[in-house]
Amino acid sequence: MAEMQVADKGGKGGPKKHSTRVDLTPMVDLGFLLITFFMLTTSMLKPNTMELSVPSKDKVEEEEQSKVKASQAITILLDKEDKLFYYFGTEENGVAPELVSSDYSSTGIRKMLIQRNVDLIKQVQELKADKASKKIKEEEYSKKLSELYTNAKTAPQVLIKATDESNYKNLIDILDEMQICNIGRYAIVPITPEDLGLIDKKTKAAN
Amino acid sequence: MPKVKVPRKSTTVDMTAMCDVAFLLLTFFMLTSNFVAKEPIVVAVPSSISEIKIEERDMATVLIDNEGKVFFGLDAQGDRRELLANLGKVYSINFTEKELTEFSKIGMSGVPITKMQDFLKLPPEQRDAKEAAIGIPADSIDNQFKYWMKTAKQVNPKLRIAIKSDSKTPYKVIKKVMGTLQDLRENRYNLITSLEQVKN
Repeated sequence: MAEMQVADKGGKGGPKKHSTRVDLTPMVDLGFLLITFFMLTTSMLKPNTMELSVPSKDKVEEEEQSKVKASQAITILLDKEDKLFYYFGTEENGVAPELVSSDYSSTGIRKMLIQRNVDLIKQVQELKADKASKKIKEEEYSKKLSELYTNAKTAPQVLIKATDESNYKNLIDILDEMQICNIGRYAIVPITPEDLGLIDKKTKAAN
Repeated sequence: MPKVKVPRKSTTVDMTAMCDVAFLLLTFFMLTSNFVAKEPIVVAVPSSISEIKIEERDMATVLIDNEGKVFFGLDAQGDRRELLANLGKVYSINFTEKELTEFSKIGMSGVPITKMQDFLKLPPEQRDAKEAAIGIPADSIDNQFKYWMKTAKQVNPKLRIAIKSDSKTPYKVIKKVMGTLQDLRENRYNLITSLEQVKN
């Protein structure tokens, strides 16, 4: 091509000087196209998660039984169709506990749990305020928080028992409530035939 | 009056700087990105107030759909390859190199081990079909899921477990999976949720 031009001009002043600048517009276009592609295909948002620790199988029996005091125990039963029941104490006392029906709303189970856990929630809130005002450091905060949880003598201990008909959302919801209400001690335990009987009786009575 | 000379400016802008920016961003996105893993089934995870973010590396994801089908996924390709090779040993099935490579490309799979070879022969677009994605058996009669988990843990001992399940999954299935994990002494795991929308 260059030679052709030279020929055309008839050797007037030598070969034409080409600018060394390249038009970068297509390259920019390409760059942004690829950026768009990567932005759309990547997951910038990491999914949220809830950490769950369960006791190992061999220890579960004795520990659960020895630790839970009847005065502090609350058993929450998750039933089908988003129904929820709870009772205080444990059933080993011989007397059948009275089932209270509730729901997942903030005025249902949460209200009850907060009422029962007033002391601890107050302490935790004070601690959080301290952290917010930079009085204590992050590590100190988590240390004190776990201390509070282990030392809380009056705090309720919650046993979560889900029936086979309840769904995963119910379980997550109730675990959520545990966090909201600062319940440090809770466990997911298998439902017993007695509990099923109680639910059955309660549902029948309601109808 | 002397004429005021207005210098004529070229309308072409120097694109070099813009090009630099574009490629800088491109590099950033390429390096920070991890691709959205394709899941064989769509699950609607329940929402919670938990704001802990999940780790990206060394995750084993147990996906459970609302019918109770169980799927299993590992994030590293090498781990997946080794998982299938070791699983083959447990069930005395010899997987060929080609099958292992094919399997390592699938992020999440839910096929009984006996049907794995047929499954890997299918073209990729047919794998998510209802007949193919039938889930890993996880019941007490044939708890293959247990071996999947156990083998995965042997392949990568640092593995953390996340359960991702649909809101409507019956607790019965969750109980089975959690029970299996408990049997394997996996006592800490994550439940994947989405962030709760604040209702005012």
